[in-house]
Amino acid sequence: MTEKIGVYVCHCGSNIAGVVDVEDVAKWAAEKLGHQGVVVARDYKFMCSSLGQELIEKDIKELGLTRVVVAACSPHLHEKTFRIAAQNAGLNPYLVELASIREQVSWVHTDKAVATAKSKAVVSGAVSRVIENAPLDEIKVPINPNTLVVGGGIAGIQSALEIANAGFHVYLVEREPSIGGHMAQFDKTFPTLDCSACILTPRMVEAGTHPNITLLTWSEVVNVAGYVGNFNVTIKKKARFINEELCTGCGICQEKCPKKVIDDVYEAGLGYRKAVYTPFAQAVPNFPVMDKENCIYFEKGTCKACEKFCPTNAIDFNQQDELINIDVGNIVLATGYDLFDARRVSNYGYGRLPNVFTSLEFERLSNAAGPTTGNIVLRDGKTVPKSVGIIHCVGSRDRNFNNYCSVICCMQGLKFAHLVHERTGATVYNFYIDMRTAYKAYDEFYQRVLEEGTLFVRGKVAEVTDAARYSNERGKLIIQTEDTLAGKQRRIPVDMVILSSGLEPRHDAREVGKLFGISCSMDGWFTEKHPKLDPVSTMTEGIYIVGCAQGPKDIPSSVAQGAAASARVLDKILQKEVALEPIKATVNKEMCSGCRICNGLCPFNAIAFLADDNVSEINPALCQGCGTCVAACPAGAISGTGFSNEQIIAQIDGLLMRNLEPVEA
Amino acid sequence: MTDQFEPTIIGFTCNWCSYRASDLAGTARMKYAPNVRLIRLMCSGRLDPTFVLRALSEGADGVMITGCHPGECHYIEQNYKALRRFLLLRRVLTGLGIEPGRVKLVWASAAEGARFASETTTFVEEIRKLGPLNWGKDDDGPQTADDGKSSIVHGQEMEVPA
Ligand code: SF4
Ligand code: SF4
Repeated sequence: MTEKIGVYVCHCGSNIAGVVDVEDVAKWAAEKLGHQGVVVARDYKFMCSSLGQELIEKDIKELGLTRVVVAACSPHLHEKTFRIAAQNAGLNPYLVELASIREQVSWVHTDKAVATAKSKAVVSGAVSRVIENAPLDEIKVPINPNTLVVGGGIAGIQSALEIANAGFHVYLVEREPSIGGHMAQFDKTFPTLDCSACILTPRMVEAGTHPNITLLTWSEVVNVAGYVGNFNVTIKKKARFINEELCTGCGICQEKCPKKVIDDVYEAGLGYRKAVYTPFAQAVPNFPVMDKENCIYFEKGTCKACEKFCPTNAIDFNQQDELINIDVGNIVLATGYDLFDARRVSNYGYGRLPNVFTSLEFERLSNAAGPTTGNIVLRDGKTVPKSVGIIHCVGSRDRNFNNYCSVICCMQGLKFAHLVHERTGATVYNFYIDMRTAYKAYDEFYQRVLEEGTLFVRGKVAEVTDAARYSNERGKLIIQTEDTLAGKQRRIPVDMVILSSGLEPRHDAREVGKLFGISCSMDGWFTEKHPKLDPVSTMTEGIYIVGCAQGPKDIPSSVAQGAAASARVLDKILQKEVALEPIKATVNKEMCSGCRICNGLCPFNAIAFLADDNVSEINPALCQGCGTCVAACPAGAISGTGFSNEQIIAQIDGLLMRNLEPVEA
Repeated sequence: MTDQFEPTIIGFTCNWCSYRASDLAGTARMKYAPNVRLIRLMCSGRLDPTFVLRALSEGADGVMITGCHPGECHYIEQNYKALRRFLLLRRVLTGLGIEPGRVKLVWASAAEGARFASETTTFVEEIRKLGPLNWGKDDDGPQTADDGKSSIVHGQEMEVPA
């Protein structure tokens, strides 16, 4: 017997000791597990306290312990605490095991005898396992100070600016021709009614001209390789058919282009743009792009009006897509959301009844720079509505579509009510299930809208129809709903219906998640490392999620998250190197048969096949330590540190108490 | 003490989801059957099917494998690999004369403490119905089958593979 093991059983006040006979567990461990190397077993009121830790440290030093088992709470709570204590006493931290007898025993079981017996089994498992533990060292990798931010909405812009202002280089990649995101489509923002463009445009310009920001719009990330500190990213810069060196952004090409196209993106289908266009006047960068699908020259081979009139000869029909390769240390994903497609709630009539509008359409209608120069009118482009119904929770909080709350819809519905009132004097109804106006000055805004005379009806709207039953309903849209406060069914005729549509993950969020090696929740939003304590990190080190890519959010929260992720990135950059968890897989070349079974199993492409030697090899920096390849290798050539076959099998045997000293007959 | 059979069950949990679900069950003080002893793995994809065989041959009456819901794996998609192995393992078990119901796969996210607790209790009931496995316990004398040669006690509904 070479190992000297210490077992420490925690009372956790009465949390454990109330249900488990902790003294008995400690006594039993000392007696029955002595043959496995247990030289000391103690119980103590609070093991995690500084006195408890000192107790362990003292034993390590004085008794020369080589392994430690702490029977206490979940390793997710205090594994680190005890590892640090061991390290302080000169023992490799990975030679410590936690046996969870609180979350797994005392808190969930009631019978003292059963709980005590189970605690012994759990301790026995940990003792068997810890014998097989190997000392491990953290792996240090350097951090490239450059950062990639994907998505140029307000969250991405904020994130990029914070890092750039701190003096480090940022690549800001945006799929659309301009940065600005959804915020650039709005007229006013709740609850302050700030002009959206007035607060956003200066930020956009700052990002566009910042010496530390390389702005790549009309571009998409197509490949990501590497790991925290050392990502290698390939970006496709789509052909703009405009020479950016020569273009001055004068806009003559857009004026002269004869082809009108319905603008489904920026104008939400309510306005037109040309085949060569910038999405809006304040676009950053201010170079147009040519939309190849709609350009007459690409369709028919003639036209080139833009080329003829361009004063600087900046039009270049021969431009090709370009692949750009960059190295970065950290990546921030700010890819935003898609608006819920209101056609899916067919009973609300969107797409069938012309005067049913989506929230984004209304944003464009009310925007002074929008297709109606800010006039709130019906689909005919001229009639001002006398009554407007705003329906909340469209596609949200609804089992048929999305269970979750889209966060912004209540406040957005209130903002719409205010704008309709202010600009048309119409009667406004808001149909809501619950009114959710959390955060600073939000409920005050609700009170204000109430005072303005907006009528609130509580109840989920059943239907929007144009089938009139009564004379006052003729030619109107009728909102059929249950008024749950009045306790009756109501039919309310209005001229215009606005659907406060919910937010959904980007349609391609899952593929994007795969590209960057992060996961999505069942709903499709990117999954954060911890929902409360680590909302901007992901399980993949060096990759952060901000704004609506993480879940529905309003502008202040998106900005806060953009800044928070930057703080994380700066922290990494300033540390210059990062320590990786040493839980990794490695291939023993002697045993590898070169079958390549493991190669395709790794989701992080960490396994390479070395054709010359006919063996596989794992890149420890890429490996995240899941262990799938370890379980799959038919030759047993791969071993997983921290979770080796030996460790797990020993724990199985220990838990089943098959390692106990044979009882004398 | 009743004479009710108390099965011993080994549970394999993923560090990111189901182990956290078990933590949550604890934090929320949800009571469940005490028969399951857990082993933490980094991912359900780490589960080597031989671990299950080892557990069964060393005295477990059942094995519960738990992982993140499909699409939510911390390692992107490794739980699908666990699922495939699980399905193959069930066939192997049948071939070995062991009821496939002794091994169960449960998806439980970190938020599903209640699910973890209820699935555990249900599984214990299921194993209780199947009875003790006593597989490979040659050294345990009286627990082996009647003829004293075979160490397998056949369950009623055991299928004989073709
Ligand atoms: S599975 Fe094992 S033997 Fe096959 S290539 Fe991978 S490491 Fe080598
Ligand atoms: S342990 Fe997982 S992450 Fe590491 S190389 Fe194997 S399959 Fe890839």
